[in-house]
Amino acid sequence: MTEAVNVGRLRVPPRAKRGEVVEIRLLLQHPMENGFRRDTLGRSVPRNIIHRLVAHYDGREILRAELGTGMAANPYFAFFTRAGASGEVIIEWEDDLGVKGSLRAPIEVS
Amino acid sequence: MKRRHFLQLGGIGLASTALPLHAQQLMPAQDLAPLIRAVVGDAAPKSGRIRITLPQLAENGNSVPLELNVDSPMTEAEHVRSLHVFAERNPRPLIASFHLGPHAGRARVTTRIRLAGSQRVVAIAVLSDGSAWSNEVEVVVTSAACLDEMSL
Repeated sequence: MTEAVNVGRLRVPPRAKRGEVVEIRLLLQHPMENGFRRDTLGRSVPRNIIHRLVAHYDGREILRAELGTGMAANPYFAFFTRAGASGEVIIEWEDDLGVKGSLRAPIEVS
Repeated sequence: MKRRHFLQLGGIGLASTALPLHAQQLMPAQDLAPLIRAVVGDAAPKSGRIRITLPQLAENGNSVPLELNVDSPMTEAEHVRSLHVFAERNPRPLIASFHLGPHAGRARVTTRIRLAGSQRVVAIAVLSDGSAWSNEVEVVVTSAACLDEMSL
């Protein structure tokens, strides 16, 4: 398994009040090849999609996405969680070539 | 053939003839019913509860902003279990499934999708009580997602 490098940006509010609903924004750098394109020599470009993406916070799963060829390249996601305890938001994903990536960002809850 | 199926087929036929002529004919509209059944089971989705925010006119089908939103308290007792989005003229109509839960805090997901031409986009929400809700919007796409060299 390869590890993805220089993969994108994860934005979470660094501080939140307990019980507050906070927005998590994620932008990944990925071609999201849909497998329908051909290169300049007419060879078909193999499909390579981030087919699975999971977000955890405070030890709990907050979002799990199964993605298809209809997702735009350099996929962007915005979603929410409720601030419970100080901890890390951890995003993990895997594409069709088996490349895995992860991003982390802390939230300090008061 | 059951009467219900016959009527559904008729409905699909009528809907496709009602499409504007300038709609891009890259892919014929596919029947979403079996795909929807695969994600929600046999419970037929009722209309409502889920809101789709998509531009009515998208200049570039390669990246169209989409927001799915359900009014839900998102508690252990009552929350949205999953959101699914389909585009009937995309070569693979199921664009994405998002599994949420009580820890999501708010049942709202924003992302960017590809649309292979002007078409109907359908979104389904499955709630914690097992009920399914659907909504749909029509989007006009002036420049379709890059599928021109697709083998049809």
